[in-house]
Amino acid sequence: MERDFEEIFQDKIDQEIKIEPKDWMPEKYRQTLIRQISQHAHSEIVGMLPEGNWITRAPNLRRKAILIAKVQDEAGHGLYLYSAAETLGITRDEMYAQLHSGKAKYSSIFNYPTLSWADIGAIGWLVDGAAIMNQVPLCRSSFGPYARAMVRVCKEESFHQRQGFEILLTLGKGTEAQKRMAQDAINRWWWPSIMMFGPTDDESPNTIQSMKWKIKRFTNDELRQKFVDVCAEQIKILGLTIPDKDLKWNESTGHYDFGKINWDEFWQVVQGNGPCNKQRLETRKKAWEEGAWVREAASAYAEKRKQKQVVTAA
Amino acid sequence: MNLLHYTLHLADNALIIGHRNSEWCGHGPILEQDIAISNIALDYIGQARNFYQYAAELTGNGATEDSLAYLRDAIDFKNCLLTEVPNGDWAQTTLRQFFFSAYQYFLYEQLQNSSNQQLAAIAEKALKEVTYHLRWSSEWVIRLGDGTEESKQRTLRAIDELWSFTGELFTPADYEQQAVTEGYGVDLSQIRENWYKKVTAVFEEATLPLPKENVWMQTGGKTGVHTEHLGFILADMQFLQRAYPGAEW
Repeated sequence: MERDFEEIFQDKIDQEIKIEPKDWMPEKYRQTLIRQISQHAHSEIVGMLPEGNWITRAPNLRRKAILIAKVQDEAGHGLYLYSAAETLGITRDEMYAQLHSGKAKYSSIFNYPTLSWADIGAIGWLVDGAAIMNQVPLCRSSFGPYARAMVRVCKEESFHQRQGFEILLTLGKGTEAQKRMAQDAINRWWWPSIMMFGPTDDESPNTIQSMKWKIKRFTNDELRQKFVDVCAEQIKILGLTIPDKDLKWNESTGHYDFGKINWDEFWQVVQGNGPCNKQRLETRKKAWEEGAWVREAASAYAEKRKQKQVVTAA
Repeated sequence: MNLLHYTLHLADNALIIGHRNSEWCGHGPILEQDIAISNIALDYIGQARNFYQYAAELTGNGATEDSLAYLRDAIDFKNCLLTEVPNGDWAQTTLRQFFFSAYQYFLYEQLQNSSNQQLAAIAEKALKEVTYHLRWSSEWVIRLGDGTEESKQRTLRAIDELWSFTGELFTPADYEQQAVTEGYGVDLSQIRENWYKKVTAVFEEATLPLPKENVWMQTGGKTGVHTEHLGFILADMQFLQRAYPGAEW
């Protein structure tokens, strides 16, 4: 019986019919999606922190407004994604608990610090750029609610990436101090950004199954290469450099070659040893714990009001 | 000069409370509320920009919205003290928002009839936003006042903390009196009663005691005599403009 269900399920996927929450799905598909979507939602929420770090110090009113709007968009993305994950039978509070206990991960990139205003540009250009590369294919994810959430997310992300690029462009045309700031930010964010695509294909055991289920459409290495190719061109417009002496156009492959990624650093940050892992998680836990009385008050009040309505109706 | 000061006062109010609210971004107690308070912050930055752009026009000499926001020191800021008090907890932030939104609601309602078309237009646009801020913050005061014992205690503490800053909202500075005389400003004595009525109604629903009306009130913000907090807000906010003079961002 299970076997029949599984065949029908795979058949739908092969025919590009979306899987909806009430449809039968293999338990492993459900679990993989919960892990992936909640990890994505957590990344949006934790990702608010490094950029939020510069809201009060944004250099002018226009930038301040754009930055608030951008960080707020990320909260919105977190919201759609948590809702999409909830359709798979997990609550938002359960997902938060997994984040706070360290069981659920979020994108490691947010464990790096934002040290100057140029970092806001670099995050927009590189981090959001890499995120878009990862996320555009997810708009065609086999799971309906995820695919639909991603359509909205991607629209906003491309605006984020443009504003990041524009910050760097302005700095690149600015004073020597501003150019230095911009170059320093790119130096620090480049390698972590290309690590965002995850381990190389031969180190990524889940990829084959995820591709069969069309949760994933391209491999990590394919997406990483695409990203490097785009950035290697865009950096020319910025008049800055990518900190990789091995980056060069390869006529025979039609792609840019790039240097060796420091996977040791990647795994160290994943395991909690990045510069800001502790700080980011503590901040999220603090917001959650200090908000407990607010949430309790809100539900107590809602309950009281319900009681009153019952009395009035009677 | 009076019109400029009056406009700057309106701009500074919006900027400083917007700045304070933006400090919550990423740290709110509930994700939806994090979005709401950031949205309110964003509305304020928008209002501030509109007022500053007009003030820059009045100032001339190459002044811009940014030179006014980023290159004046505390002594020239004309915001009410209430807008600069620290966020405290969620009770303090939402109560500050409620006191201020109720004031702004009645203020802008009048200001949209100002003889000055610029001010009238900005007020008319902002009133839509403020209407929402007032509803949102009223709901929070009610929810926390009539929620749990802890939320009530916290709200009482917030009232204690903030009440003495509410008098300044209705104590006109010279430029505000002049603005009334010249026909473009709002007579604060006329909106005070509506404000008090609104506070009374919301506090009643929140089962909160109404503080005494005629107690000692802090003043000074409108004429540049601020709390110690404003200096730190500006140090934070103006850092890049001060460290890299003349740079484009």
